[in-house]
Order: sequence, then structure tokens, then C-alpha cells
Amino acid sequence: MQRRDFIQLSGLGIGSLFTAGVPVFGNNVSADYLFDASGWGAGVDAAAKKKLADVALNTAKSQGATYTDVRIGRYLQQYLFTRETKVQNIVNAESYGIGIRVIANGTWGFAATSDVTPDAIARCAKTAVSIAKANSRLQTEPVQLAPQKGVGEVTWKTPIQKNAFQIPVSEKIDLLMKVNGEAMRNGAAFVTSNLFFINEQKYFASTDGSYIDQDIHRIWPTFTVSAVDRAAGKFKTRDAISSPMGMGYEYLDGLASEKIKAPNGLVGYRYSYDMVEDATLAAKQAKEKLTAKSVQPGKYDLVLDPNHLGLTIHESVGHPTELDRVLGYEANYAGTSFATLDKWKSKTFNYGSKLVNIVADKTQPNTLGTVGYDDEGVPCKEWDLIKDGILVNYQAIRDQAAILGEKESNGCCYADNWSTVQFQRMPNVSLKPGAEKRSVFDMIKGVDKGIYIIGRGSYSIDQQRYNFQFGGQLFYEIKNGEIVGMLDDVAYQSNTQEFWNSCAQLCDKDDYRTFGSFFDGKGQPSQVSAVSHGSATTRFNGVNVINTGRKI
Amino acid sequence: MAILTQAEAKRIIDKALSYAKADETSVSLTGGRTGNIRYARNSVSTSGEADNLALAVTAVFGKRSGTATINELDDASLEKTVRRAEEIAKLAPENPEYMPMLGPQTYLQTNTYAESTAKIDPEFRAKAAFDSIGPCKTKNLTAAGYMEDTTGFTSIGNSKGLFGYNRSTGVDFSITVRTADGLGSGYANPDVNDVTKLSTKAATEVAMSKAVASVNARALEPGKYTVILEPTASVELLQNMMFSMDARNADEGRSFLSKKGGGTRLGEKLFDERVNIITDPMNAELPLSPFGGGGGGGGGAGRFGGGSDGRPQEKVTWVEKGVVKNMPATRFWAEKKGIKAIPPPTGIIMMGGTESLADLIKSTTKGILVTRLWYIRAVDPQTLLYTGLTRDGTFYIENGQIKYPVKNFRFNESPVIMLNNLEALGKPVRAGGHLIPPMKIRDFTFTSLSDAV
Repeated sequence: MQRRDFIQLSGLGIGSLFTAGVPVFGNNVSADYLFDASGWGAGVDAAAKKKLADVALNTAKSQGATYTDVRIGRYLQQYLFTRETKVQNIVNAESYGIGIRVIANGTWGFAATSDVTPDAIARCAKTAVSIAKANSRLQTEPVQLAPQKGVGEVTWKTPIQKNAFQIPVSEKIDLLMKVNGEAMRNGAAFVTSNLFFINEQKYFASTDGSYIDQDIHRIWPTFTVSAVDRAAGKFKTRDAISSPMGMGYEYLDGLASEKIKAPNGLVGYRYSYDMVEDATLAAKQAKEKLTAKSVQPGKYDLVLDPNHLGLTIHESVGHPTELDRVLGYEANYAGTSFATLDKWKSKTFNYGSKLVNIVADKTQPNTLGTVGYDDEGVPCKEWDLIKDGILVNYQAIRDQAAILGEKESNGCCYADNWSTVQFQRMPNVSLKPGAEKRSVFDMIKGVDKGIYIIGRGSYSIDQQRYNFQFGGQLFYEIKNGEIVGMLDDVAYQSNTQEFWNSCAQLCDKDDYRTFGSFFDGKGQPSQVSAVSHGSATTRFNGVNVINTGRKI
Repeated sequence: MAILTQAEAKRIIDKALSYAKADETSVSLTGGRTGNIRYARNSVSTSGEADNLALAVTAVFGKRSGTATINELDDASLEKTVRRAEEIAKLAPENPEYMPMLGPQTYLQTNTYAESTAKIDPEFRAKAAFDSIGPCKTKNLTAAGYMEDTTGFTSIGNSKGLFGYNRSTGVDFSITVRTADGLGSGYANPDVNDVTKLSTKAATEVAMSKAVASVNARALEPGKYTVILEPTASVELLQNMMFSMDARNADEGRSFLSKKGGGTRLGEKLFDERVNIITDPMNAELPLSPFGGGGGGGGGAGRFGGGSDGRPQEKVTWVEKGVVKNMPATRFWAEKKGIKAIPPPTGIIMMGGTESLADLIKSTTKGILVTRLWYIRAVDPQTLLYTGLTRDGTFYIENGQIKYPVKNFRFNESPVIMLNNLEALGKPVRAGGHLIPPMKIRDFTFTSLSDAV
């Protein structure tokens, strides 16, 4: 028994990011309930969970399972939705239950229940084993699980300073009302703003001898500002350039030390976000967009801000290097990949220019992917995907490691709920900054004919990740080393390999920030996951830019 | 089995309402079963089944509302949930746009339930997968598919006497077939209420023939082409357009239906005069729920959705002879503007002609047949410009015949422009929960080539 709903939002704004709406798991509860019970240990303590987990492990073994893992999960969500002066919706939801995964007869089986009592857990474990045995009749090759030494009884917590679930709802509404108010005062005709908070309290146990207790926090503040020119019959929007983070409420402190100055009064936010300041700028910029020059199509050198480049990395590097896609397991839904095994085996496939070093990790501080251990008990780490421009590795989990001739998993297995089965999900995938000292000001100085792009806009890429088209939130024309004004109707089209080979210059670590995707979808039935992508501002030469303006 | 009868549902809802102390209270009770089977590389990867039963109570004091949910239906649990909703409501901020709940409504009796679908069991699903994988294995092709079946009921009621009950079933099946060398790919995606109308084998054979026929695709120059869009290709663009017709957004100047200088384009001819789009819950091919869920709670938007406030779904003409005839509105906006509060469209019916897809191909001198458009994303909400790519079977047509497969294209096109460049419409078929005709469109804009198969 598990509720899984989607909030459908009409109108412009956050709703346009999700075709199926914003996912909500579990039952509605009061904000106070989340507050009271959000401290780890306020519910069932680790010792009690170990006992419950052992029921599953022992039952499955007695039924003939050769491997078992158990996830007891409590998932808390608080979402706030406002427009202008009104609170539209506040969602407080909790989901609690247990998922049991086994290998029997060389085949996976999975079952889950919201009844977290010894009897129900034993029944659930039996079901998982019987499903595995039933499916084994269709199995051609047995599952080969990469070994993982048990880690014993351990804990891991997102190192937050302020638990968002303990901040009163009224304080959050006050912030959003201030955001909306400033946007309206500065020329916005409309504004929607949202806060998303997630806390995953996960207890993992496996027959490897691991008992892992984790407390994971994520946060995403965002908004959409609209400016309207009724006489001209035109409207433009500007979304927040915040990033979802693996942080607590402290992300909203807006610390000056975490602001990165950029041309034209633009501000980049590193590990602290000033939502009111961004909304103020957004309103002014949305108005400016109404009269911005429509772009002349052609080849331009692109200077891509980290808050934009993150999504390009996600789509053109993150997804094609997922090993299950490469192998064809996602062929009917997300698609396959151009980054085939023969290209990887050749050790000479130039994914990008020599400047391109892309790493996967679940360890970067403050990011969405970072946890202590993944959902099959593997300690998290960092590894190379693209080294000096060459494709060197994929994202693989325990039952895929052998395919790559590896002895261990990369530790990137994830399930979005206790009721769903874990599978390979994207870790953080990030472009390493340049070693040479360089700011965005320095970079723009060197560009003769270019466009500086900030923010996540329209994005589309084919099912093997060759051809893509990306837009943004803000576009500035660069002529002879200087920004000369705002542009509109900009999108760039390229081919993944061609694009990354046109990577010509990187800013340094002081410009490095993360972008994130909060509800990345994969699998059938679809599961969400959250992932960060770090980069510094980066230059790409001679990219094809099209004009997206139309008349209807 | 979590399918309650109308009488059982009414008893539980009435019981819950009997505990209510708020100004207004609504209850929704939903339940059912979802089953699925997924396969890839000619082998089943996952299969499962889940029952679901949930009751949601929305309590309202003045303009403050709160919702609580529960999945146990004994009297004590019902009362506890009503109290919890009331507590949450008291703490909630006021919603100035709150609309009082609706009183009793008359709902249509629609035919959304099929016993055949309700009877689906794991063996049926396994056989459905086998019927799809088997033919592919024999022909050295690779199948990846997914079938999901749902059987459920929704019942709503409130303290003002509204009550509604509906049972429905549905099956969605999608299949991608690829050639062993990875150079050909085909797709089919039928959806039905009644599973006796679904043959996974027949759908797979369509995907198989497209996969085989799409090997060794030739590259054509991007540009403007006459295209024949199969319903699986056009459905998402049409759906996106129909879901963007909200009256408030148009009034507020931020919709493709906003008028220069203010106001909306209601009553204006926006498309070719052969364009007629309706919704009709009583349509035999596409029966729909007679009401939205939510039990009449919330001011035009219930807990989980715009329009899910218990308003009856009736036949609505959205576009007639190319003219915009109706726009959906929330109850709040409708009252403010003095217009009819028509709930947003669900299953769209685009009227067509009698010609088959084959007929449309036969009458084409030069054109491109498109099986599917994919990864469709909004580029400009003002013009409804969308981008995306062709996928799983794109073919060049000359003198009424399919000549050869072509490489996939990226497109940048607006459904509004597309429905002005209409050449011909075929006989509508179900696609993605809608009834859509195959369409011949001139000057469809392809902007680049993709190497993806």
C-alpha cells in the first residue's frame, strides 16, 4: 500500500518542468508532525531496525536466497507553492515501509510492504524469494554480483546546519512572500515561487554484513517571474538561477562570501543562495527580455555559465554513460547510448577536447548525489568518466561491474522509495575546472563573436544522445571581448562529440559551482532521483545557434 | 481486491462525513490495482503488482483548508483522519481564491470499466510479454517493452451532498524493437480500456516491420517538408496545445491565446477550417471519467490537480472549423470573469476523415512519414514552439510509395502553425489517451539531422 501522486500545476512556472507533475510519496501529515518526528531516532531506533532487518535476511535465506538486502525507509517531503501574494499549496507527506531484494536461483526478486512488523516482513521476504524463483525460469544468465565486504554497523548524515523540517512554515511563507513582493516591485507582472525539502531516513542491511543508517537532506528553492507587455501582446519569463542542493535550510542564508560576481550585475551562487536578490534581478531581466534583440542565427563562441552548463553535462555526458542504457535495458523508454562498449574499449574515443575531464562522484560536499553508501551498501567514491577527452569508464552497479571487467561497483545504485527496486542511477557528473587562473571576465575578454548563456532553458536530446538543442534563461551578446546587450530567441544545436571537442577554455576552481536536477526520471514505472553537476564557466567555439522566434 | 462497490464507497464516505466539524468537508476514496511487466534484451526484467486504497479528507474553515490521508478504513481511523484534516486546516494560511464546495451534481454514466482488464493476472502479463518477445527472437530482433494495467475506482463526496462514483480500467503497452546491428528501430504504443482490444503480438509486429524497414537510413537535408504524422507522432504536440488553453493565463497576457492589446482570442479562427477538437466522456472509443477527483474540495484546484473539484465532465467543443470556441477556467476565475467554469480537457478527440494512413501515403507526391516524435520540449510558450526529434521509423515517400528510410530529424515547430498547414486528415485512432487522426502537414520544419537510431 503506497500512495504515489503527482501535483499538477496549471499555468507557467515550475509545472512546465515536469510532464507528469511534481511527485509526492506517501500520506499527508501536518508540518508539526514532520517537525516532531524528523529527528533520527525519534521514530524507530537503529537497534530496533537491525532486528527487523534480520527477520528479512534470515527468512529470505531460509527460503533459499543466496543474497538479500533490506531497506527500511522513512521519506519526508515538504513542498510549498505560492503565486504573487497567495499561498497556493503546502504539501507535507511521509512515506514509511520496507523493501526486500533477494537473489534466488541466480535471479533478482523484490517485494515491499508498508507493514513494518516482524510477521509482515517475513511474509514480504518470502514473496521476494518466490518472485525470484518464478522469474528464474525466464533467466538466461545468472546475476553476477560484484563482491562487497560488509561494513558493519555504520551511520552517515548529510552535514546540515539547519534542518529545514524544523524551520516553521510561517518563516518559509514569509520568505516566499518577500521574494514575490520584490519581484512585483521590480516590474514582474506575475511570479510563482516554491520551496522543496526532502529528508530520506534510510536503514540498509544486507547479507554481506552491513547495517547502514543514513539521514539524507535535500533542498530546492526556485521561482518563475513573468513580465508582460500587453500592448505588444508579448510575455517573457525568467526562472531562478538557484540550484537544488544536498544541504539544509542554511542554503537560503544568502552569504556574501558564496556570491560570484559576473558581468552586467549578474551573480552566481555557490553554496549559499540569496533568493530575494535573485528575484529582484529576475524581474528586471524579464522586463529587459521583452525588448531584447532577436538573435541572428549562425556560429558563435559560447560562454556557458555553470548554472546552464550543468544541464548540458547531465544530458550529453551523464545519461549516455549509464551502463544500463548502453546495454539496452532502457531502450523502450529513455533510450540507448551512442557511447557504446567498442568506443570505450578502443581507449581512443575522443568524447571531447583534451581540456575535458569529467568525473562521477557521490562524495562532493553539498551535492544532491552525495551519501555515505549507495542503496546496495557500497561506499561512495569518485571515478573518471572522461579523462583528457577520452571515454574511460561508465556508471555501473554491482550486477554490472563484471560486464566491464571490474571487481567492484561504482556505488551508484538508488531507489526513490522503499517500495521501489533500486537500480543504476546517475551519480554527480561534473566537469573539472581549469588549472589556470581565469575568471568569467577574463574569458569574455578573449571572445570576438559570442553569446554568454546563463540558466536552464528548453532542452531536448535524442534517444542515443547525439543531437541536442538547448536554450537558457539569459543570453548576452559578446562582441570584441565585451558584452554589448541582451539577446532573445537563442538556442544552440550541436552533436555531443562535436560539442565537447569544441571545448576551448575553462575558468578556474574559484568559479566552480553545481547545478542540479531534483526530479530526474528513469525506468518503467518511472522513478525520480536527484543529481548535481559541477563546472566552472566554460567556452565552446563555433557552435551553431538558431533563432527560435515565430509568429502565430 | 481493493475495488469497492458504489454502496461500500458511499457508506465509508458518509461515515467519514458524519465525524466532520469543519465549515465544509470533502472526502475522496480511491482504490485499485496496478500491474506491470517490463522486458528488455528479449528477457523480462521486472514484473509486479500493487494494490492501493486511500481515503483523503479535506476540511475547510473559512478560507483555510487542510487535507489528511489514510489507508485504513475502520471508524476510528476515519474519525482520526477527519480530526487531522481539521487541525491542518486551522494552521493553514488563508487562500483568498478559495471557492465554496459544489453541492449535488448530476454525472454522466460513462463506460470506462472492462471486466477483461480487471481480470488480468501475472500469467496474463507473462503471456503478453511472451507474445511480444517470441516473434522478435525468431527474427533475430531485440524487444524492449512495457505493459501496465490499472483497475480502479474513484468515489467523491462532501458535506453539501455531492456524491460521485466511477470504476475504470486501462492498459498501456509500448514496444521498441531494434535490429541486432542496432541500425533499425521500430515502435508501437497502443492504449485501451478493454484488454481484449489489445494484441501485444500485433503491436510488436508493427514495431518489427518498422525496425527492419528503417535499417540503412539515408540522410536528407534538413528543411521544410510535407510530413505524414502518425497519431503517435502528433499526439504530444496536440496535447501540449490543448493543455495550454487556460482562460486565466490568456486573460493575464501570458498564453498563445492572449490577444495583442489585451483580452483573449476566443472566437477567433486560429487554425485551418478542417480542425475540430472536442472532448466527450461518452465516446465509445475513448470513455472518460464523468468527474474529476477530489470530492469538491479546494478552490478550483484540489490537493492534486487543477480542475479536480468534482465538476462534471461533459461534451465540450474546444475548436470548431478552426475557431477557438471554449477555454477551460478554474471556478474562481470563472466567477471573477462571469464565464462558464469548464474543467480542463482530458481525453482529446480531434475529428478527422475516413482515409487510412495508407490512403494518406498514396496521395503524397513527396513527403516524410513520421512514426513518433520524442523528447518534446517547449521552446517558446508565447508561440507554442516545440522542439524534439523523430524516432523509431522515419521514411521518405515519393509518388504515393514509401521509398526508403531516412535519418532522424530534429524539428522546431508549433502545433498552431502545423494546424494551419493542414493538407489532409485520416481516420482518428487512440494514442496516448486521446483520439487523433493521422495528419498530412505541409512545411513542417526540420532543423538538423540526428545520428540516433
